[in-house]
Amino acid sequence: MDNKIEVKNLTKIFGSNPKEGLKRLKEGQSKEKILDEAGLTVGVNQATFKIKEGEFFVIMGLSGSGKSTLIRLINRLIEPSAGEILIDGKNITAMNKNELMNTRRKKLGMVFQKFALFPHRTVTANVEYGLEIQDVPKEERNKRALKSIEDVGLKGYENSYPDELSGGMQQRVGLARALANDTDILLMDEAFSALDPLIRKEMQDELLTLQSKLGKTILFITHDLDEALKLGDRIAIMKNGLIVQIGTPEEILENPANEYVSNFVEDVDRSKVLVASNIMKKPDVITTWKEGARAAIKKMEDAGLSSIFVIDKEKNLKGLLTIDDAIKAYKSNSWVEDVLIHDYHTTTPDTPLNDLIQIATETKYPIAVVENEKLKGIIVRVSILSGLTFGKEREEVTE
Amino acid sequence: MNYFHLPLEEWTNRFVNQWLIPVLGGFFDSISNVVGAFISWVTNILTFIPPELMALILIFLAWRYAGVGIAIFTLIGSLYLGSVDLWFAAMQTLAIVIVATLFSIVIGIPIGIWSAKSPIVYAIVRPILDFMQTLPSFVYLIPAILLFGLGGVPAVISTFVFATPPAVRMTTLGIKQVPTDVVEAARAFGSTYWQMLTKVQLPMAVPTIMAGINQTIMLALSMAVIASMIGAPGLGSVVLAGISRVNVGLGLTGGLGIVVLAIVLDRITQGIGEKTK
Repeated sequence: MDNKIEVKNLTKIFGSNPKEGLKRLKEGQSKEKILDEAGLTVGVNQATFKIKEGEFFVIMGLSGSGKSTLIRLINRLIEPSAGEILIDGKNITAMNKNELMNTRRKKLGMVFQKFALFPHRTVTANVEYGLEIQDVPKEERNKRALKSIEDVGLKGYENSYPDELSGGMQQRVGLARALANDTDILLMDEAFSALDPLIRKEMQDELLTLQSKLGKTILFITHDLDEALKLGDRIAIMKNGLIVQIGTPEEILENPANEYVSNFVEDVDRSKVLVASNIMKKPDVITTWKEGARAAIKKMEDAGLSSIFVIDKEKNLKGLLTIDDAIKAYKSNSWVEDVLIHDYHTTTPDTPLNDLIQIATETKYPIAVVENEKLKGIIVRVSILSGLTFGKEREEVTE
Repeated sequence: MNYFHLPLEEWTNRFVNQWLIPVLGGFFDSISNVVGAFISWVTNILTFIPPELMALILIFLAWRYAGVGIAIFTLIGSLYLGSVDLWFAAMQTLAIVIVATLFSIVIGIPIGIWSAKSPIVYAIVRPILDFMQTLPSFVYLIPAILLFGLGGVPAVISTFVFATPPAVRMTTLGIKQVPTDVVEAARAFGSTYWQMLTKVQLPMAVPTIMAGINQTIMLALSMAVIASMIGAPGLGSVVLAGISRVNVGLGLTGGLGIVVLAIVLDRITQGIGEKTK
């Protein structure tokens, strides 16, 4: 089963006569018109998307865009007016009370914006809650609770009450409570929006680490585009109950579907989103191993370069040859391999641009982008600056 | 303004005399027997315990839940009740308060929970509570006598009617005050209706419910005094005797006894309420 969550034409209409609203939506009437003429509020308008197993899927929208309604439709905290939600292929909208309860217990963990902890319970008792209501024996649920308390870094606070903890720590309890049930899916409703920026960043990083360790499928709601771009494997952007674009962070930055999205992405700090492979250039000239110093000098001269990377037949990076060293080698008739230098910087294709800025200002040579010892591309200072300004270079690396 | 004559008085009397008492008299008699037995059982316990021991228990509770000051007050108050020879009367009043409060809690809290969960029930219960609280308390002393005779039983019944509304209202309020996102969280994790109530809503409503019980006890005490007019024994009957004989001293003696009992009960139950937060 590749798709963990599949949502088809999911619609929520608030008001006394949802059927009327559905009819009007099918006729293509706008949200505003339906509100004016029928007095019905369209919460979510025919949302359709699929989330793969292990995917980090972010829904981004401003307040009133319907994103919080959408996440509550997924576990039916709000009853959908129309549409289907398949979780592991099972249609949750058709489930009876008991099936729904079991699906919530076994498959869907949830984390809330304002933490929603039980104030009368200790940290451990909060985390245990999901297991307690499933009648898991006390010893086992205690063990599992302690494990997830440790996972979120709250060891030592097991017996504290929520009001004794800071906001960041309270949300760690919220996360641990969702993790303890060991569900495949985590629903996170603006989970970090109530935290201050530094704590938020810390929690984002930890969530990414946890995600790579535990492989959960995460549906994350946020109103913060930077957060969406940082966390999401894919992002859905919502406006007025409608999903206006779904794509990877790069796709959304590079090809905004409409003006609304492009207005959004205009102010994004690209250094956090773009990675080395987005801005690297095809290595201009490559002199293969065993090609002589003379050939190297000729290539540098043709391309107007002062240095050139040297690779072998398998395209393994061997070192960097400067023009001065090449001339020296030519004059003394020695092997190129003896004069290669190695004090240049290397990086991986998925290193964020942010981390490269510092290196770029220090080094006098291009940065080599290396994967499995093979040279994938090079980054010169100018490509970082243009990447920050215009986004990804369209030029692809060809070999 | 009398465009037509509304014979409410005649209707009510006919309803009570020709239907309520002949048809349901047996039912009221059995209620009367059960409540009466319960009152004498509680009274017997309270008066069987030696006054010194009872005073020590009260002082301990006051110290435990309300601090040293109230404990000292309880000691002085107990000495006062003993010295004016009102200890026995105070225990009789306390018995009526305890029995009426128990009925109020046992019936009021479930109704409060039900009204919190169902808007329809709330819409029905609310005007009834308003009616119970605003109708002058003397008015339902009359049917209480008719249905239950004189003495402790009609006192407990009318006290119950007067003192139940805060137990219902505060239970409803306490449950409705549980933040929606906490209720959502409990639902999202797959709680049943019963788990939601017992593990989340009721525990979080306890401080508010305790405040309601405290109010119920205070109202019960004030009504237990008024109910002396229909023959309830205790401190109220001492005050009533003071009124009927125009004996200021006797009235004050009994009145101070009520004040002592009220303050001790209020502070202890309030303290218990605070401790549950």
